[in-house]
Amino acid sequence: MDVPMSWLKEYVDVKADIKEYMEDITLTGSKVEGCTHMGGELKNIVTGQITAVEKHPDADKLVVCSVNVGGEKPLTIVTGAPNVKAGDYVPVALDGSVIAGGKEIHTGALRGVLSEGMLCSIEELGADRHDFPEAPEYGIYIFPEPVELGKEVADVLDLKDDVVEFEITSNRPDCFSIIGIARETAATYQEALRYPEIKVEEKAQGRAEDFISVEIANPELCPRYIARVVKNVKIEPSPRWMRKRLRAAGVRPINNIVDITNYVMLELGQPMHAFDIDDIAERKIIVRNAKEGEQITTLDGNVRQLDPSMLVISDPEKAVAIAGVMGGENSKVSEEAEAILFESANFNGPNIRITAKKVGLRTDASGKYEKGLDPNLALDAVNRAVQLVELLGAGEVVPGMVDCYPNVRENWELSYSPEWINRFLGIEIAEEEMAQIFERLEMKVDRENHKVIVPTFRPDLEAQADLAEEVARFYGYDKIVPTLAAGTPTVGKKTYSQNITDLVKRTMVANGLCEAMTFSFESPKVFDKLMIPKDSTLRRAITISNPLGEDYSIMRTVSFNGILTSLATNYNRRNESAGLFEVAKVYIPKELPLTELPHEIPTLTMGMYGKMDFYDIKGIVERLMSQLGIKNAEYSTEKNIPWMHPGRTAAITIDGVSVGYVGELHPIVAKNYEIGTKVYLAVLDMEVLVDKSNMVSTYQPLPKFPAITRDIAMLVKDQVTVKEIKDVITTNGGEYLESVVLFDVYKGAQIEEGYKSVAYSISFRSQQQTLAESDIADAMQAILQALSAQLGAQLRDK
Amino acid sequence: MKERLKQIHDMAVDAFKEAREIKDIEDLKVKYLGKKGELTAILKEMGKLSAEEKPVIGQMANEVRQDLEVKIDEAKKRLEALELNRRMEKEAIDVTMPGKHLPEGHKHPMSIVIDEICDIFMGMGYEVAEGPEVEKDYYNFEALNIPANHPAKDEQDTFYINGDILLRTQTSPVQVRTMETGKMPIRMVCPGAVYRSDEVDATHSPVFHQLEGLVVDKGITMGDLKGALEVFAKELFGADTKVRFRPHHFPFTEPSAEMDVTCFACGGKGCRVCKGEGYIEMLGCGMVHPKVLKMSGIDPEVYSGFAFGMGLERVAMQRYGITDLRLLFENDTKFLKQF
Repeated sequence: MDVPMSWLKEYVDVKADIKEYMEDITLTGSKVEGCTHMGGELKNIVTGQITAVEKHPDADKLVVCSVNVGGEKPLTIVTGAPNVKAGDYVPVALDGSVIAGGKEIHTGALRGVLSEGMLCSIEELGADRHDFPEAPEYGIYIFPEPVELGKEVADVLDLKDDVVEFEITSNRPDCFSIIGIARETAATYQEALRYPEIKVEEKAQGRAEDFISVEIANPELCPRYIARVVKNVKIEPSPRWMRKRLRAAGVRPINNIVDITNYVMLELGQPMHAFDIDDIAERKIIVRNAKEGEQITTLDGNVRQLDPSMLVISDPEKAVAIAGVMGGENSKVSEEAEAILFESANFNGPNIRITAKKVGLRTDASGKYEKGLDPNLALDAVNRAVQLVELLGAGEVVPGMVDCYPNVRENWELSYSPEWINRFLGIEIAEEEMAQIFERLEMKVDRENHKVIVPTFRPDLEAQADLAEEVARFYGYDKIVPTLAAGTPTVGKKTYSQNITDLVKRTMVANGLCEAMTFSFESPKVFDKLMIPKDSTLRRAITISNPLGEDYSIMRTVSFNGILTSLATNYNRRNESAGLFEVAKVYIPKELPLTELPHEIPTLTMGMYGKMDFYDIKGIVERLMSQLGIKNAEYSTEKNIPWMHPGRTAAITIDGVSVGYVGELHPIVAKNYEIGTKVYLAVLDMEVLVDKSNMVSTYQPLPKFPAITRDIAMLVKDQVTVKEIKDVITTNGGEYLESVVLFDVYKGAQIEEGYKSVAYSISFRSQQQTLAESDIADAMQAILQALSAQLGAQLRDK
Repeated sequence: MKERLKQIHDMAVDAFKEAREIKDIEDLKVKYLGKKGELTAILKEMGKLSAEEKPVIGQMANEVRQDLEVKIDEAKKRLEALELNRRMEKEAIDVTMPGKHLPEGHKHPMSIVIDEICDIFMGMGYEVAEGPEVEKDYYNFEALNIPANHPAKDEQDTFYINGDILLRTQTSPVQVRTMETGKMPIRMVCPGAVYRSDEVDATHSPVFHQLEGLVVDKGITMGDLKGALEVFAKELFGADTKVRFRPHHFPFTEPSAEMDVTCFACGGKGCRVCKGEGYIEMLGCGMVHPKVLKMSGIDPEVYSGFAFGMGLERVAMQRYGITDLRLLFENDTKFLKQF
């Protein structure tokens, strides 16, 4: 909402300067977004009179003017404009002046003749022919009347104004008007509000009812419709003062009738529309829902498709406007119009909002209506409009009006308790001060019974808390003393699972991974990229009905596309290595289409590439398990994850519960992401990790007796995993077995093809005594026999 | 004999002084103090001495031996030190060469900011809550006093799954879910991802993060709201930070406010960053609307509360001087390693 200060000051005195005003009004709740100083950049442009025009000696298209700017000596000014002659009053930019656009003008030679300034066009003054219709299309602006010489042109043409831009919140449709802002300004400064005096002379013959009838078919969507009629209309440009105000408020002047409707909308906040009454068949307005398949060509020349949810203004034959949005071309006020109908109506806000959205046409009018306007405003607005018609001599107003207003909106009463308001806000102000604040906002106050009567233009005031806000606004938010809530003490904390998540993140960072952040929606093409089979349940993703595009259209069911995409970014930018992790959710629907909220599963994803192998990422996973106190994580060969390398992936289980997997990304998938190197990936379900984590530590006595350690090396077939070997050793190790540590795996020279040499260090220890060789002999024997019998291991001599 | 003892002593001391290697010392030790050494030889002659002389010479010989042993030790230590110094000189390395590193991990700047803000509020007795991102329309709008067709619904450019289910546009639904548990009093903050249909550019992202706060108890006042948020702002931005509360409108709070903090760049004098205002908009807040309390099953006659919500990307961007929001989602390690 753009508010020209000169216009505002017609209704309220503002003594503060513009900067103070913007701060003061912001602090009482009308937020200032900015301020434009119209004409502010113009400097040193004065009125002058041309006393003589001579031909330029060296240029056919230039003339040399003598210009009197009120000084002792006339100035010599060269111009190329075709429209100047001796005697004309013109704007003169002097040496060192600034014209619109910030351009500086200096004395300088033009083809050998010194020019001591410049004559200005209307555009060079920052205005245009909409503001000054008398200005020529090309050439210098010539004042239509004689003016005093040497005066600032910006003042003479009234080009200067401060225009303050307000952000109006959706609860205050009343502030979408100059008068609304004036009301807030008056309340801020405790000044009087000068509401415009609205009086109509009604000089024409007849009664409005003779010219028009109105029927509201859907009073729910149209609570009120007022029509007034103006005869003998004379369409012409509106006067300069009106054009200036419209322009300053951001509306283009068109002609007197259109300008009046816009002027009233800006001033009072009520959108208006004017119809050529001769275009209304049977002179009958029917406010009804559109018919199935109905169309209308709006004023902007576009054909709009309507549907029965939309409200139209129609006559018995056709729709003449989309209610509250835009008029139809078929009833537009043309130059030839003789009699017009002013509409000042009230429509249902949400319906207008939906209609504007559906037809893709958001206008100033719909923007105001959709906030929900006060139906009582319509009367003042229509009278104001016809008053302006009389003032501008734009036509003769027919006495009376047709006002359809089936359910009058009445003021309402609210009770308040000064004690409650004081307590709620944490302030202590007197009852009388509160009452005065309410009165400044045009409420009627019953001091004895602590009741206010709320004016109908304030639908946001529904309860005591709303009144508390009004008190707080005008008492001053800044005067409320900050306190720290007493009340019942509480302990600030995170949940167990949040703490585990923090520990997981710390462990990742400690192991050299950087935390990533990725989008949780992605493209359905991801499934193909990851080689996920067509019938996989992972493809059953939640679809966004109005996505930004296919790339962001499904909620992810796998956690790692974002990480892989980010790794690709790193690879593409020539980062030698990259290690990323993220704890983020996947969204698994319980059924599709969604009827209840999906299962959002927090997932830890690690992804890395560079100088590393499978065992690097597995090492991080193992370290994580150890940090989480998970001692029994099991890793087994996993060949069936479509996007993973079938020979280099391990499924991870804890107590038989699957927690995820770790391994190398399938080379084709890496290629699909355009990563030209091996990629390692680990995906772990955070819910399982949290569940299986064990943060309770119990002290184990440190060993008192020495351990006996035996190293064994054996030849086994390649297919035998170290897990199998370890399991055999563990099962047969007897009561003293303490640890089984793999320390060497060797293939190559001296080892038969298809075999590998595996070496273990096996420790035995007792908590009660120093073990003797004889105490472990049986266990070692059992281990060796079992390895040989179950795995075909051949013991190697060390 | 005395003379000879003295002579041997002096010769030995000189010889020790001149020794250059530990080995020389060992040789000298043998030469003078060994079984066949010179001092031993003299002592062997003691038998020839008179009864008066014997103890005198004996004592002297002992003194000479003791002194020589001390001298031997000294000489040994001297030479050992010398040798060590020589060795260390040879061992000299280029200490300006870089150290060895384990790969370095970093938290995401957003996480750093979220953790810091949560820590501040935990210190004030707030719990950290969470809630679903795929949310019911009821929690995201209706229960927050934003009924169907409310213009505020449009302002938020919501992603819908269907008519009833959407991607939450704010963390505020967690307020409702927390209140619905019925546990009193409430002091909680909730950080999390939220979604709005904004095209990706330098300052917009369809996914971003908010932090919501809610306090409900008996006798909570607007002064308490100001107090808590002032403490928070000073903790986050420094003790010199000033805050300003402006009236605003949110459907779920009444009265509502926006809190500005003094500009990080100019400290409040006014500059390009704050458009000359000296203040930067920081968060929205207000007293929980009685309707919202009531809808969540809390009696507004008994309880009152305040709530606040802020965008976190802006905090991170301002703190670290990040000018393009997209950097936060690209995950280039060259970027991530800066924090």
